[in-house]
Amino acid sequence: MSEIERDFTIKSYLDFLAEKKLMGSKCKDCGAMYVPVRKLCPKCNIANMEWTEMSGKGEIAAFTSITVGTPFFVEKGYDRNRPYCFSVIKLNEGPMVSGQLIGVDESKPETISIGMPVKATFIETDIRGETRVDLGFEPI
Amino acid sequence: MGKNRLAKKVAMIGAGMSKFGAHFPHKRNPDLWIDAWLDAISRVDNGINPKDIDACYVGNYSSDLFNHQGHLGPQMADLVGLTPKPAGRFEGACASSGIAFRQAILAIASGVHDVVAVSGVECMTELPTTGVTDVLATASDSLFEYPAGATFPGLYATIASAHFHKYGTTVEDLMRIGIKNHENGKENPYAQMQSSISDMMKSKIAKIEKSGGKLPDWKDEFDFLKSSSNPIIAYPLRLFDCSLITDGAACVFLAAEDVARNFTDAPIWISGTGQGSSALSLHDRNDLTSFIATKEAARQAYDMSGLQPKDIQIAEVHDCFTIAELVALEDLGFYEKGKAAEAVRNGETKRDGSLPINTSGGLKSKGHPVGATGAAFCVEVFKQMRGIAERNRQVKFDVERMLTHNLGGSGATCVVTIFEK
Repeated sequence: MSEIERDFTIKSYLDFLAEKKLMGSKCKDCGAMYVPVRKLCPKCNIANMEWTEMSGKGEIAAFTSITVGTPFFVEKGYDRNRPYCFSVIKLNEGPMVSGQLIGVDESKPETISIGMPVKATFIETDIRGETRVDLGFEPI
Repeated sequence: MGKNRLAKKVAMIGAGMSKFGAHFPHKRNPDLWIDAWLDAISRVDNGINPKDIDACYVGNYSSDLFNHQGHLGPQMADLVGLTPKPAGRFEGACASSGIAFRQAILAIASGVHDVVAVSGVECMTELPTTGVTDVLATASDSLFEYPAGATFPGLYATIASAHFHKYGTTVEDLMRIGIKNHENGKENPYAQMQSSISDMMKSKIAKIEKSGGKLPDWKDEFDFLKSSSNPIIAYPLRLFDCSLITDGAACVFLAAEDVARNFTDAPIWISGTGQGSSALSLHDRNDLTSFIATKEAARQAYDMSGLQPKDIQIAEVHDCFTIAELVALEDLGFYEKGKAAEAVRNGETKRDGSLPINTSGGLKSKGHPVGATGAAFCVEVFKQMRGIAERNRQVKFDVERMLTHNLGGSGATCVVTIFEK
C-alpha cells in the first residue's frame, strides 16, 4: 500500500471510520500498533508512524448490556426494554478497541461470551439531519 | 524503615464531614463545606483557628458541570476565614480530594506549609439522574468509549465481565459486598442510606402486603437482589451494585510534626502515600481484571511505610461499584488475584471479620459525592483509629494501622494512604 498522506490525528482516524475503514498507526521503529491512532509511540518516544488498515477481525475481551444508556443511545431508541451492548474487542492484530456490539441478543447477555469471534461493522446513524458513522462489531 | 520517606512527618489532627444525602436545593457546595468544616474543627482536641492554617486544598470533580461554578479553591477558603491564603482545586474524577489530601501532605513535608485544610466537596443532585450520568461519563474517554455507548456502570460492568470470566466470580459475590456495606452504613449517622438490604426487603414486602398485592417468595436478601425490585443497570450489575448520587463535603486538617502536638496529644501519622495512573480507556489497558493505578499507588504507600498488606488491620476502599471493592481487595495485595471473592464469602471483610472493609458503609451506603469521597475516607480513619465511630460500627480492637484507597473514574487515577498511630 502506498504511503497514506494524512496527519496522525483523531480527525484523520474518524475520517477513515466515516469511509468505513478501521485504521491504526504502526511505529516504524518498534512495530507497535495503535488503534485508535497515536502520533507518538509512547514506548519509543518517537513520532515515526505509518498508517495501517486493520482486518477488523477480533474477539470479545469484555462486554456489558446496558439498560440505562447515554443520551446518544437513548436518542437512538435504546432503553430498559431494548438494551444495547458495549464491548471491548481484542483485534487479531493486537490492539483493543471499544465498540457497540450488534447482531447479538442484548436482552439475553448470558448468551454472549468472552472470546466470541467478531468482525468490525460501521454503524450509521441519522441524527439531526446528519449521518454519523461509529465503529461497531458483530459476531462472525 | 520505608523508602522515599517524607522529609518531615505529617499528622492528621482532625477530620469531619457533612451529613451525606440528597440536599439540593436546601444545601449547595458552600453550605455543605461549612457543615464539614464545623464538624472537623469540633474534633480538633485543642481547637484550631483560621490563623493556624496556611492553605486550603480543595478536591472537587465537576462543580463546573454540576453547578455551573468553577474556581472553588478561593470560594471555599473565604467561607471559613482563610482569605488571602493560598487556595486551589484539584481534580482527578472520584479521586479529586484524595489528590488534594496527598498534595497537602507533600506541601507540609516540603516545609512550605505547617498546617493545611483539605476540603472535599460535591453537590450532584442539582442535575437530574440522566444529567449526573452524563457528567460522570466525562471522567471516562469521551472520544472513543462514550460514542460506543459506555456509561460509568457500563464500564465497571465490562470489568466485571472480564473478572467473572477469568476467576469465576459470581453475582452473589458482588451482592455480599453490597449487603455488608449497607449493614455498616446502617450504623453511620452521616450516611445517606442508613438501612440494611434486609430492612429494605422487609419494608418492600410490607408495602406489597398493605397494597394487597401478591407477596414475593424471597427467602433472603439474595432472592430480593435478583428480583425486578433490583433492576439491571448494566449486566451483570444491578441497581444495588451501584453507589449513590450524593451531595456532601468532608474536611481534614493536616499538620507538620513540629506543630501537630499543639493541636492534639493523639496525632494520626501519615505512614505512606502513593498515587498512580493508567490509560483513561479500558481498551488501552493490558489487564481488564485489575487496576494498574491502584497497584502503583499501593506499592509506593507500602514502600514508604515499610508495611505490607498483612500489616493493615482495617481499610476503606473505593466501592463505587461492588466489583470495584472486590478488585481493590486484590490490587491492594490483601488477597491473591481471584481469591477476594472467597474471603468475602467467608465473612472476612465484615466488621467482625479478620480484615474489616468499609466500616463507614462505603460509597454504596454512606454515599458518593465524588469529589468529597477521598477526604471522607479520612473521617472514618480518624474515628476508627480514635475508637469513636458511632453506634455499633467501631471495630472491637485497637486500630494501629489503617489504609484508604481512592479510585478515580474507571480506575485511571488512584491514591492510597496508610495511617499509623
